[in-house]
Amino acid sequence: MVPFVLRRLLLAIPTMVAVSIVVFLMLHLVPGDPAIIFFGDQPVTPERLELVRRQMGLHRPLPVQYLDFVRGIPRGDLGRSIHNRTPVLEELRTRVASSAQLALAAFVVAIALGLSLGLLSALRRGTWVDAGSMLLALGGVSMPIFWLAAMLIFVFSLKLGWFPATGFGGWNRLVLPAFALGFISSAILARLVRSSVLEVLALPFVTTARSKGLREAVVIWRHVLKNAFIAVITVMGLQFGTLLSGAVITETVFARPGVGKLLVDAISTKDFPIVQGAVLFIALVYVIINLLVDLSYAYLDPRIRFE
Amino acid sequence: MLRAVPRSLSRQVLWRLRRSKSALVGSIILGALVLAAFAAPLLTPYEPLAIEPVDRLQPPNARHWLGTDVLGRDLFTRILFGSRVSLQTGLISVTIALLIGVPMGLLAGFYGGFTDRSLMRVVDLMLTFPGILLALVLIAILGPDLFNAMLAVGVSASPAFARVVRATVLSSREQTYVEAARAVGCSNMRIMLRHILPNTMAPIIVLGTLGVAGAIIAAAALSYLGLGARPPEPEWGALLSEGRNYLRVAWWMTTFPGLAIMTAVLSINLLGDGLRDAFDPRLQS
Repeated sequence: MVPFVLRRLLLAIPTMVAVSIVVFLMLHLVPGDPAIIFFGDQPVTPERLELVRRQMGLHRPLPVQYLDFVRGIPRGDLGRSIHNRTPVLEELRTRVASSAQLALAAFVVAIALGLSLGLLSALRRGTWVDAGSMLLALGGVSMPIFWLAAMLIFVFSLKLGWFPATGFGGWNRLVLPAFALGFISSAILARLVRSSVLEVLALPFVTTARSKGLREAVVIWRHVLKNAFIAVITVMGLQFGTLLSGAVITETVFARPGVGKLLVDAISTKDFPIVQGAVLFIALVYVIINLLVDLSYAYLDPRIRFE
Repeated sequence: MLRAVPRSLSRQVLWRLRRSKSALVGSIILGALVLAAFAAPLLTPYEPLAIEPVDRLQPPNARHWLGTDVLGRDLFTRILFGSRVSLQTGLISVTIALLIGVPMGLLAGFYGGFTDRSLMRVVDLMLTFPGILLALVLIAILGPDLFNAMLAVGVSASPAFARVVRATVLSSREQTYVEAARAVGCSNMRIMLRHILPNTMAPIIVLGTLGVAGAIIAAAALSYLGLGARPPEPEWGALLSEGRNYLRVAWWMTTFPGLAIMTAVLSINLLGDGLRDAFDPRLQS
């Protein structure tokens, strides 16, 4: 297990380096030079522009600028926001809690809904329960998350007044966004759970388990679900990416002060240091999650370790 | 009466497709939507951009079936004309994804070795940015507008195509017909385009169809965030975004454009599922 973990950790390094290069180059790929972007829409004299170019180190070769950028990352120096001059790290730090809370809650919703819908329709295969669950899942796959979110706000906060529509803090502000985000992911999960449970149900060891007189609940829990879980974990790992990018949209609809909303707002206002910081952060989280998924995968299925 | 299963692959696929209920439902709905998009001006007496302040924020009624927006524009008309924009957006995005992804997958799978490794590195890098994030990065660089949104969605969907094409090419590269083509002196280019590419068509068609559904949602999401189509363009996501501030007083401005997106995406997904089963009967449960 240890060599596998080490190898997998080493493999994540080139990925992060490549991501940092992309994020660094972003600023230089934008038409116009970074100093002009720095001033945004303000009028500026050529002398002042030249001064800022010097200060930003834009006169130096690109690789040197990149190394400077990378050296800043471990120190937490990601630059400052163009608009309010606060450090990017500070902006990220104040928003991570809200995003993490949303992602976690949505993840729980997705697993709970996806597992129960998928399992239910696999066990009641061919009945209306199956058809209904799969129709719900197909609806979930086809539904734009921002529409579901808006509809939830309309019904549960504007009409019924059960939950506040926007903001962060307290569990009641979390219910609607977590459900909206979780539901979309649960749809894909439900379809997968159904097919992998059906696959496992047909295997000989299930027949063995049943024929030795185990109760059905034990057969399902101990034998079927455990084996169907490997596929589920892989997909949930991949789904985490969908969850992250869905969070960007969900946060905007519910006006939650999270990293996703920060990113979207920064793109609209051309606040590039913030865009770079947020993209770097989300990509980093994604790489770490994928790493954890791979590791748990190897833990659950020993065959993978020895590949 | 017993009918024989047709011999040729494309006939077989069509034959199975016609028996698929989901493909049937999907293509009927989609056909109706496409027809409505083409015939839009014939189906409504209003103009999508015509402002009528007296009629502002009217709930659905006999004159305005789906109500009106804050400027008195007829919502049904705007959704109808929006279907032109949104369906096109989906198609163009997927075309962009195909134009990038298919050659990448072909080259990587066919040549293997260094070409394969470096192209797949690029694909892996693109996949490090989950979902809509890569599109957001591209929009940040290119600036927000509808064409850039299509480009961004297309580029971020391309790695999926590259991977699938590569996998198919890898398995067909070793087939006897490729060896035969090489033996009669075909160039690499000819083998790739005339012999291998047609064999990768099945997954491309399936993934491409499902991709249109994904692209419509992604592009609508970008427009909703204000990073795609700009008002007054009646793109579906942009319509939803316009309704956002009027949710309390005008539920129809949000409800109906969303239903339109869902109907289109659902029908394309149904068709895609049917196509997948038709191309690969083994996958059918």
